Amino acid sequence: MKTSITLRVDGEQRSLQLDTRTTLLDALREHLGVTAAKKGCDHGQCGACTVLMDGRRVTTCLSLAVACDGATIITAEGLARDGTLHPVQQAFLDHDALQCGYCTPGQICSAVGMLEEARAGHPSFVTKGLALAAGLSDEEIRERMSGNLCRCGAYVNIVAAVRDAMGKTGFPS
Amino acid sequence: MTPFDYERATDASSAVARVSAQPNAVFLGGGTNLVDHMRLGVARPELVVDVTRLPFSAIEPLPGGAIRIGAGVRNSDLAADRTIRSRYPVLSQALLAGASGQLRNLATTAGNLLQRTRCAYFQDVTVACNKREPGSGCSALDGHNRDHAILGASQQCVAVHPSDMAVALAALDATVIVLGRHGERRIPVTDFHRLPGNAPESDTVLEHGELITAVELPALPVAERSAYYKVRDRASYAFALVSVAAALHVSHGRVEDVRIAFGGLAHKPWRAVRAEATLRGAPATEENYRRAAEAELVDARPLKHNAFKIPMARNTLQMLLRQLAAGAR
Repeated sequence: MKTSITLRVDGEQRSLQLDTRTTLLDALREHLGVTAAKKGCDHGQCGACTVLMDGRRVTTCLSLAVACDGATIITAEGLARDGTLHPVQQAFLDHDALQCGYCTPGQICSAVGMLEEARAGHPSFVTKGLALAAGLSDEEIRERMSGNLCRCGAYVNIVAAVRDAMGKTGFPS
Repeated sequence: MTPFDYERATDASSAVARVSAQPNAVFLGGGTNLVDHMRLGVARPELVVDVTRLPFSAIEPLPGGAIRIGAGVRNSDLAADRTIRSRYPVLSQALLAGASGQLRNLATTAGNLLQRTRCAYFQDVTVACNKREPGSGCSALDGHNRDHAILGASQQCVAVHPSDMAVALAALDATVIVLGRHGERRIPVTDFHRLPGNAPESDTVLEHGELITAVELPALPVAERSAYYKVRDRASYAFALVSVAAALHVSHGRVEDVRIAFGGLAHKPWRAVRAEATLRGAPATEENYRRAAEAELVDARPLKHNAFKIPMARNTLQMLLRQLAAGAR
């Protein structure tokens, strides 16, 4: 069954016709040519396809595109402002937080969304008493980023990059 | 994925009527389990009715101190809710123990209850599975059954229920509110999921077309001192081998009130009625925690690869009760 939807992707309004079976990830990559969201496992287990949808980090491989009609999507390509990288992107470069880079756009979108959640005071499974103190410990960063796998094992530098970005984006640390 | 029609529900009654009228229709929530099953061929609906835009996204206080959680409330929002965190910490912790940040932002309260087992044989359409294809046999019974049930299983199915949230809800005596063609009904969450028996294809007591609209938590003072502990193969983002949800009130060294449920042991969240009965009114001692766990696990029937779950469940319960009694959680 064919259907029509509109999405706002990285600041641009896009209309598309697609089969109801199309996932949001395939709509972005195959229909709109937005390849920042990567296809890793396609089962919601690796996080490579993470984007920000209406401001929240989500995997895109498990959402039907038709169900996302009207959504605002920001991928890693849409995070930079006026030619300046987002602080999380810059921190990933500064800390060499990648090797092959395939998981990186998902890691970055996840980190951006995760820091917003932390700023809003959301606890994680490792938060003592479910009350988040100022700033995130490395243990907190690891737990909150556990939905993004890195087969190269760049985790140590990813944690360092997220810690650095947290300091530079105004999170009280 | 097989082709399907998609409709966006505008009101709950029409959604119920629409799905009820078509045998191969399903409701779509966050999609984190259903869409995966559609891709794997485990689910092949012909009509998908999207209920995510129905007005079921509020967490509201009810008269008398109960709380009503809308079916569409996302797992992340429920876990972060201040009332839930302070009055039912076990529920926040259980939610945060499940999946990942990205998935919790999608997954809904109703969808979490309705997620299906992660038994590898159930998810593999090339092998026999009575849950997926009734009468085809159970591949797990004599297969790799390390993750499988030790309580309440049958020769037809040894799968376990994967939800963390539902284990907390079982301990909290929550109620599932359901809308069907003939109106609303209320189902205690401990009766909501089934044991497999001879019909493992049915995970729950829901009839086709019935829609979860809310979950209610009773006012439950003991829940203020409650916690969730999950044992898994890696520290985060993995399903439970064993988990325990518990609430404990100790006064003058005696157990005044206690609620316990296990995850990872059975086809449904396992409310530990015998363990609770052993503890209620008894001295809050290590010996009694152990006796309570043993009373609950006396009927455990391990499979070839999962006998480790018996001591693991006992030790986890003992440790959690000890920590709750000491105020360490």
